[in-house]
Amino acid sequence: MKLYEFEAKSVLRSYGVEVPAGVVVEKGEDVRAKLLGSGLEPPLVAKSQVLVAGRGKAGGIRLANSVEEAVDIVYRLFDHPIKGLKPRYVLVEKAVSHAEELYAAVTLDRGNRRVAVLASLYGGVDIEEIAREKPGSIVRYSVDVSVGLRGYEARGIARRLGLPRGLQGGFASFLQALYRVFIDYDAELVESNPLTIVDGRFVALDARIIVDDNASYRHPELAVERVEGGETSIWESKARSLGLAFVELEGTVGVIGNGAGLTMTSMDLVYEHGGVPANFLDIGGGASSERVKRALLVLLEYPKARSVFINIFGGITRCDEVAKGVLEALREHRGAPKPIFVRLSGTREEEGRSMLREAGIKVYDNPIDAVRDAIEAAGGV
Amino acid sequence: MAILVDKNTVVVVQGITGREGSFHTRLMLDYGTRIAAGVTPGKGGSEVHGVKVYDSVAEALEEHPEINTSILFVPARLAPDAAYEAIDAGLKLVVIITEGIPVHETLKLVDYAKKKGTVIVGPNCPGVITPGESKVGIMPGHVFTRGPVGIVSRSGTLTYEVANALTKEGIGQSTVIGIGGDPIVGLNFTEAMELYERDPETKALILLGEIGGDMEERAARMIIEGKFTKPVVAFIAGRTAPPGKRMGHAGAIIMMGEGGYESKVRALEKAGVHVARMPFEIPSLVSKVL
Repeated sequence: MKLYEFEAKSVLRSYGVEVPAGVVVEKGEDVRAKLLGSGLEPPLVAKSQVLVAGRGKAGGIRLANSVEEAVDIVYRLFDHPIKGLKPRYVLVEKAVSHAEELYAAVTLDRGNRRVAVLASLYGGVDIEEIAREKPGSIVRYSVDVSVGLRGYEARGIARRLGLPRGLQGGFASFLQALYRVFIDYDAELVESNPLTIVDGRFVALDARIIVDDNASYRHPELAVERVEGGETSIWESKARSLGLAFVELEGTVGVIGNGAGLTMTSMDLVYEHGGVPANFLDIGGGASSERVKRALLVLLEYPKARSVFINIFGGITRCDEVAKGVLEALREHRGAPKPIFVRLSGTREEEGRSMLREAGIKVYDNPIDAVRDAIEAAGGV
Repeated sequence: MAILVDKNTVVVVQGITGREGSFHTRLMLDYGTRIAAGVTPGKGGSEVHGVKVYDSVAEALEEHPEINTSILFVPARLAPDAAYEAIDAGLKLVVIITEGIPVHETLKLVDYAKKKGTVIVGPNCPGVITPGESKVGIMPGHVFTRGPVGIVSRSGTLTYEVANALTKEGIGQSTVIGIGGDPIVGLNFTEAMELYERDPETKALILLGEIGGDMEERAARMIIEGKFTKPVVAFIAGRTAPPGKRMGHAGAIIMMGEGGYESKVRALEKAGVHVARMPFEIPSLVSKVL
């Protein structure tokens, strides 16, 4: 779960991190009254609150030299889609004039099964770009979770960055605050990029927090409605509400598999044979006919998929259950609006295959044959 | 020989009275796994498929001191507690099937287990099987046969598919481990490889990886450093997965510039690993190196 910038900043502020003075405007509110009431003085910066990257380049961050100009900009930002989606909130902040742009983050250190602290003096662009352009500038530090990020460790990171002695303590406190947020909020990422230095103090100009979805039940305070436009599509939300793992993709061949690895491999197989998958849809292990039915119904309605490739290896999942689910979906939908190609192997494959064959559905033992036919039916390579 | 589980493995099933726990207890018993007891707090005194149920792991151990392994079918919110209980009872292997455990819980749990000398497999995994001896997991037993090839995998179904293809070609498996699909797991590729390196029965190893994290790169480094000397065939799922998206598994995500397909394949090939483009190529690649 990604938090909006204004939420992330309010969390950081409550942990003692300095952030620019600002006010959040929700769509439909009286922008002028809100801004005048906030007492913020120009210059101001208005920031579209969307959960996608590349907001700056897409025109989602604008500078205003007067309150009147800011009001005008805020209204325009509400109507300005970023990657297809208009924001529900705009954050207006006092513009902070600054020279330095640094980077700091706390994230999972998957390889060492610890927590990683990352810092660089060259922020303002994403970490991938820093790693490409100035790989030597990133300080990585691995933290023992049973000990936490101690002051001497945080100061050591500041020293390794090459910050002057007078700033090391302040930066260490900044990192320790990020670390505490990371732990307390069950985060996968707490990032400030950029942060800057104003009169010797560190200020988070931007902030990003991603909370582990598996832990969201422990954070009911974050349960505001989130419009994850651009990253979570309508179809993804729809499938997710049915308990299915679904990712929207750009192509025309609908893909259903059982198990994440096999479903990814099914996508890879579509590409390998010259097609482009329309989606990733994993029905998981041991799926019941009900689950298969739900998954297929989603793809039958999903307009991007012009054909459907179902790739099942039955281990715990029984092929006859899968066949039953396919047939039920077709019955409920009153026929197939698009061609379906089913590869069924494994437990009770004979039963499953003959059930589908009797209903006139193409069944395969070899996934390559199924994928070729599905690509052709979707309009070819 | 085999690794992690064999005919001396004696299991306690935690969460045995639940739907999944009870169902897979039946299947594991059918496979021949020695299950001595089950645990569900508050359900002590009952029986599931003839297996006695206790309120705690400690009580189960008092009656069945031969128990050395636990498998967990406990819901995500309660699973960390159950795992700590198994570790504190001194069990040497804890297999966590449960999906959806908060990653911060797993971080602390794995760290604790390491200090106590317990091996954790999972969470969010299919478990471990040594064909013909013991199955501590949810995999379909019939697709596996005994033989010289180890499999260590981040994906369940893909493992069954590959094992099935190997079996059809007459290539059996020594021990097959599904390490799980979460961002943080207990036993990882390199730790499994240390075990396979010492197992005389294993003549070759199949690594089934996927996008996300850097476990495959670490495996490659281990081979280059000469710490794993047996032939390795690999497959990485997710060649065409877009960055920033979670592909079914919580851990299958390219994030912060880490976890991409190309980096993994490049590292493995540099280490002399045969990387299959598609899983169907694996049996023929394996028969070449055996």
